[in-house]
Amino acid sequence: MNQAAAPEIASRPLTKKDFESDQDVRWCPGCGDYAILSQVQKVLPELGIPREKLVFISGIGCSSRFPYYMNTYGFHTIHGRAPAIASGLRASRPDLSVWVITGDGDALSIGGNHFIHLLRRNLDVRILLFNNRIYGLTKGQYSPTSELGKVTASTPMGSIDYPFNPISLALGAEATFVARTLDRDLAHLHETLRRAAAHRGTAFVEIYQNCNIFNDGAFEVFTEKETKLAHVARLEHGKPILYGPKNEKGIRLKGFQLESIDLSKAEARMEDLLVYDAHCPDATLAMIVSRMTGENNLPLPIGVFRSVSRPCYDDSLNEQVRKAKEMMGPGDLDELFNSGDTWVVQPSS
Amino acid sequence: MEKVVRQLEDVTIRFAGDSGDGMQITGAQFTNVSALMGNDLGTFPDFPAEIRAPAGSLAGVTSFQVHFSSREIFTPGEQCDALVVMNPAALRVHLGFLRPQGILLVNTEEFKPRNLTMAGYASNPLEDQSLSAYQVFSVNMTKLTREAVKDLKLSVKESERCKNFFALGMAYWLYQRSMEPTVQFIRDKFSKRPELAEANLRALQAGRNYCENTEQFGSSYRVPAAKLRPGRYRNITGTTATVLGMIAAGQKSGLEVFLGSYPITPASEILHQLSRYKNFGVRTVQAEDEIASVCMAIGAAYGGSLAFTTTSGPGVNLKAEAVSLAISVELPLVLCDIQRAGPSTGMPTKTEQGDLLQVLYGRHGESPIAVLAGSRPSDCFDTIYECARIAVRYMTPVVFLSDLFLAFGAEPWMFPSSADLPPIPVRFRTDPEGFQPFQRDLETLARPWAIPGTPGLEHRIGGLEKEHLTGNVSYDPKNHEMMCRLRAEKIEKIAQEIPPTRIDGPESGDLLVVGWGSTYGAIRTATEKKREEGKSVSHVHLRHLNPLPPDLGSILYRFEHVLVPEINLGQLLKVLRARYLVPAVGLNKVQGQPFETTEIEAKIDSILRGEP
Repeated sequence: MNQAAAPEIASRPLTKKDFESDQDVRWCPGCGDYAILSQVQKVLPELGIPREKLVFISGIGCSSRFPYYMNTYGFHTIHGRAPAIASGLRASRPDLSVWVITGDGDALSIGGNHFIHLLRRNLDVRILLFNNRIYGLTKGQYSPTSELGKVTASTPMGSIDYPFNPISLALGAEATFVARTLDRDLAHLHETLRRAAAHRGTAFVEIYQNCNIFNDGAFEVFTEKETKLAHVARLEHGKPILYGPKNEKGIRLKGFQLESIDLSKAEARMEDLLVYDAHCPDATLAMIVSRMTGENNLPLPIGVFRSVSRPCYDDSLNEQVRKAKEMMGPGDLDELFNSGDTWVVQPSS
Repeated sequence: MEKVVRQLEDVTIRFAGDSGDGMQITGAQFTNVSALMGNDLGTFPDFPAEIRAPAGSLAGVTSFQVHFSSREIFTPGEQCDALVVMNPAALRVHLGFLRPQGILLVNTEEFKPRNLTMAGYASNPLEDQSLSAYQVFSVNMTKLTREAVKDLKLSVKESERCKNFFALGMAYWLYQRSMEPTVQFIRDKFSKRPELAEANLRALQAGRNYCENTEQFGSSYRVPAAKLRPGRYRNITGTTATVLGMIAAGQKSGLEVFLGSYPITPASEILHQLSRYKNFGVRTVQAEDEIASVCMAIGAAYGGSLAFTTTSGPGVNLKAEAVSLAISVELPLVLCDIQRAGPSTGMPTKTEQGDLLQVLYGRHGESPIAVLAGSRPSDCFDTIYECARIAVRYMTPVVFLSDLFLAFGAEPWMFPSSADLPPIPVRFRTDPEGFQPFQRDLETLARPWAIPGTPGLEHRIGGLEKEHLTGNVSYDPKNHEMMCRLRAEKIEKIAQEIPPTRIDGPESGDLLVVGWGSTYGAIRTATEKKREEGKSVSHVHLRHLNPLPPDLGSILYRFEHVLVPEINLGQLLKVLRARYLVPAVGLNKVQGQPFETTEIEAKIDSILRGEP
């Protein structure tokens, strides 16, 4: 039943179970969405936010069924528009914790405009983008993150559509918090969600998520035990970017290019390595690092690319409302009607 | 020469000039003074889509028309009694609106070969007898203004910019208007530039003195105060009435007003004005596009705000999918469509009623919605207020229809006191006991408004079909049909609150004229005139376009003929014919201009004569 449990649970610490709705989860068996749902339900009790203050808003697509499975407030909206609906809610209800659940088609194709403008405005909203590089719900068309040449239902001769890099796009859209994580790395997923939750402003998290029906193994190299260490670099603020089974490789900045160096070689020096700065006010370094995609002898960075502070649109809007009331006094309707030039017509004698 | 003052009942004057000539301010001042002198009024500005078309071009002509009267009037006037033109292009564009023997005040300065050519004149109309049907007063206003301000050490450009007040001074003499309110206006407006205040005051006075002292002008006119209903009045445009209605609905419902909007002519002015009232707790957001603006409003409505989104026809198209979502999840929302001439960009600064069928039917699936239309500038207040009341009472989106003619038109408004406004009771659901998101109120079929933040009511809504009562996702065929019928029935239920339809004229008879929206004034004036001629002609003007008033069918059947004048190609006509199977006929015009009373009169006459 689409109904809340009794309110007494608010008086004890919440658990993962408190965030599970009574609806059967209907993603395909083996879908990466299960892991994300589970981690979100695990992170929420740690945040100390009352359940009634949490709202999950989604667009359309497999991932967008997410709110039905959360025992919080939830709104399954229309394709691509969740960021706009979330903006209206958050702008008018600063007491709520608002989360957007979206996918690569929903956020980057049909909803691209709302996505970039939410990031730019920096409303205090979390966006979790489940990127599986395919349209699942509509049965297997290529998406704006599908690689060139991909053969899909709508591209029998291969995709000729150059893809977005969602991290670069978010950085270019002035996002204040940008992170990437993987559905198969539960600890990292958990930690990244926790950090996104702690950010004041729009927190964007790209989650590589496997669609085992239409795009199985898209991120295999980054998630499988045999290959992941050689291909994934964890970004940590204030530390060099290292990767490899024994962290024997590092990243060096040469001009505007990144290069991988092998620290086991005699001439390699630790002090040459790029020390990552996620809090740099300028997004250039994050942008350069975001161009690494796990190809061309460079790793795929995961973790927090950028985390900076900037005023939130919702705070500024509410501040203007407060200031207007302070300066002009709370509005009086009769005074308002009476404003400007008025005149009186006397009863005729 | 002894000057005579004649009394007139009713005058229409139009000020026309180049975009930079200050015609809107001139017209607004004339309006204000006439209001304060107790006349009834209707005004309408007309301006080009281009912000600054080339000076002297036909495209750059802007105008402001004032209809002022000693009796009750309902339109901004049609044929002008007086036309003030500042250049040849203005003459060319507006002469057709001046009645024969009408007064034509011409600024001769601009009637030079280059400007004449730009306006398409082969010869100077002031010299070739082509204006012999009018009372022409040729005055070099620019030169006389320069002379009036010459010792103030202004630049030539600054000096000449005062010429609109010279023209206004002439008009004030001609119609015996009081100068004082405009003197005060000039002092306030130019308080930081006293030399400009002085220059404009001198120009105003010089214009008046010129008429008083030269023999060119023999008579002036007086239009006494009208016998309006006693009370306190202000002059109001449709836009301002709409904004005040939004704020009033917020205050009376206890809800915070939220407006999501994207700039579009002629709706942008609502966003501009409403954004100044944040002290009423009003939040306005200029979104990234039309779709985002309605979605933001839906988000705010979900959170418990009184949510509005404003646009014009093209924006309504873009918002349609989101409006259907609001219908499906049953959230209150008021969509304001300030119509303009379409399709596409069409004539964005001209009026039309072309969106009725779009707002009634222009969505996917079975998605019924309430539609109301304002009929005159001040009526926009009551209509949007009622839209908001219906939206929260029935938990549904409601369309408020206005148009450019209403939005920019102005008239005196005897404003209410807040205590007189109907209440808008709102109760958010707070009790978790037995809560079901889609359980309906028996009287209205509205579902509960259960906003996030309420403990114990956590639930999910969405665009997928919902199971009756629980709101759980449902693909059950019977449930879908039931939900479609329930949503339709809910909208039909609104009819239970529509007051009996007001009929101006006999309750039955030869001809009923049915209108909606901004055609009110023209239809009212035309039908009154026909009744004065002894003809059996009645008038019904619809505020509620969906659902229609429950008594409308029986009214239609009581008349021999039904005429539906619209500024479109017959949209309400289609609805009435389909719904009531009456052989109604249309009078249709899509020229970006409102009806003239005479056009409606002519159609009435032809129907009564039995012409097809």
